[in-house]
Amino acid sequence: MLLTVTDLHASYSGIRALAGVSLNVAQGEMVALIGPNGAGKSTLLNCISGIVRPGAGQIRVEEAELVRKPAWAIARMGILQSPEGRQVLPDMSVIENLRVGANALHGRRPTHDIQAVFRLFPILRERQEQLAGSLSGGQQQMLAIGRALMGGPRLLLLDEPSLGLAPVIVQQVFDALAQLRRDGMTILLVEQNARKALQVSDRAYVIEHGHVVAEGPSRRLAQDDGVIAHYLGTGGH
Amino acid sequence: MFLQQIVNGLVIGGVYALFALGFTLIFGIHKIMNLAHGGIFMTGAFIGLYSVQAGLPLWLAFILAMIGAGLVSVIIEVTAFRRLRQSGEVEFSALISSIGANLVLVSIAQMLSKTQVLRFPFDTFPVVIFKVWGLRVSALQLAMAVLAILLVAGLSWYLYRTGFGRQVRAVAQNERAALLAGIRPSVIYFQTFMLSGMLAGAAGVLVGLAFNSIHFMMGDPFLLRGFVVVILGGLGSVAGALVASLGFGVLQTLSVAYLSSRLSDIIIFGLLFAVLLLRPNGLFGQDEAGVLRGRR
Ligand SMILES: Nc1ncnc2c1ncn2[C@@H]1O[C@H](COP(=O)(O)OP(=O)(O)OP(=O)(O)O)[C@@H](O)[C@H]1O
Ligand SMILES: [Mg+2]
Repeated sequence: MLLTVTDLHASYSGIRALAGVSLNVAQGEMVALIGPNGAGKSTLLNCISGIVRPGAGQIRVEEAELVRKPAWAIARMGILQSPEGRQVLPDMSVIENLRVGANALHGRRPTHDIQAVFRLFPILRERQEQLAGSLSGGQQQMLAIGRALMGGPRLLLLDEPSLGLAPVIVQQVFDALAQLRRDGMTILLVEQNARKALQVSDRAYVIEHGHVVAEGPSRRLAQDDGVIAHYLGTGGH
Repeated sequence: MFLQQIVNGLVIGGVYALFALGFTLIFGIHKIMNLAHGGIFMTGAFIGLYSVQAGLPLWLAFILAMIGAGLVSVIIEVTAFRRLRQSGEVEFSALISSIGANLVLVSIAQMLSKTQVLRFPFDTFPVVIFKVWGLRVSALQLAMAVLAILLVAGLSWYLYRTGFGRQVRAVAQNERAALLAGIRPSVIYFQTFMLSGMLAGAAGVLVGLAFNSIHFMMGDPFLLRGFVVVILGGLGSVAGALVASLGFGVLQTLSVAYLSSRLSDIIIFGLLFAVLLLRPNGLFGQDEAGVLRGRR
């Protein structure tokens, strides 16, 4: 297993967000994490990235324990997150944003250079000199993913990459994720668009109120009555 | 004559810019109002003076003052701000702790100087006057202008042309995204506080030479002027602080020359209010976001 999370607990000043979550991601696997608002999905990713300190539990990447490691050190190990809400560097150009992403390499071999990111998201090539703050929402999301790719991810954590995007852009983003999966990238994908997330991923976990309530191969979960009723019934978002 | 006053004002404005840039740098990047900046500036002047008194050449004293003030600034970051930063809500609590840090510096200087006004020895800087196109420019003024230009250019080069500077700007624009890209905050804080302190130290020595007066309270009026410059220029804006400092220097020189030195502050603060009425974000501020800012 590349990533193993065991019995993870986390809370924000006493309010519980994760109540004993265990999950794992194998090398080269794409795992989806779905669940309603406030379920604790972002909290889980932020615990892995070292931004939120868990109250208890373990997070292992291969043999290394991540809990208590600072966020910058985790990023330099190649555990790279593209956070919720298109977190770009607004007053820098597209190219500069990507160069910042390469900081996380810190001597490791890159997996993607700028040209590879441009091949994945051609619109960024056209906009390479534009300030990131003036990009459209979809372009910013692509840039945020591209920035994480520039850091040479061993494990890519994506937090709601399709949030608030127009359907055609959502499709472009998911096409890029499918491409990354074909290239063998290991990905943990948090999504509210459960239908698309289950289509693109190998396995999935459903998380509610800080607990994992269902898990299994994505194709099987997509046929699970409970999942259909709660997450696929209205046709996704 | 008028043109002469403009030149004098620009030179002194350039030195103000060194002070103000260090102040606005910390605010623009870390959202910290470092009220010890005046004390750091004063520390630079003292280190420069004592080095000269110890027999060192002025250029070496100047470098020591920059390094010494830079280190003091870094020490203040570690002792007064680092813990606060980790507990969040640093914006307000840093005001208080930096006032404390300033008091410490001022008290030490007060003891060392026995509350006296100190001066550089008479021949520290050769008194040479150049005449160009009817303007009188002293060698000291020339040196001040050249140093101010070099330091401002150096700062811009560092911020906008180097990988380090890119990391610094990344932290300023989105601290969390920078962290997720493997940028180590303590390294950035070290660099920015070092630079900010070095600029303040350089300004301290130059002001000490220009007005030939060094005393433990010399930082206070500068902090106030630094505020004006930084607010006029737009908080966190490098270009804004530069233009506002030059304007400030010229205005101050003109009002002292043609009106009265007592009117100078009234004019300058009056102007501050007028500008803020028309442009609440300062001359260069963009929707509360200067060049370096833009968090969220
Ligand atoms: N910084 C914070 N401070 C306090 N409470 C928080 C914080 N971040 C999250 N929470 C709370 O923790 C719980 C889990 O939040 P989290 O953001 O992990 O959910 P999520 O599954 O990512 O939701 P969404 O789909 O809306 O992004 C929620 O109840 C939320 O209100
Ligand atoms: Mg979330």
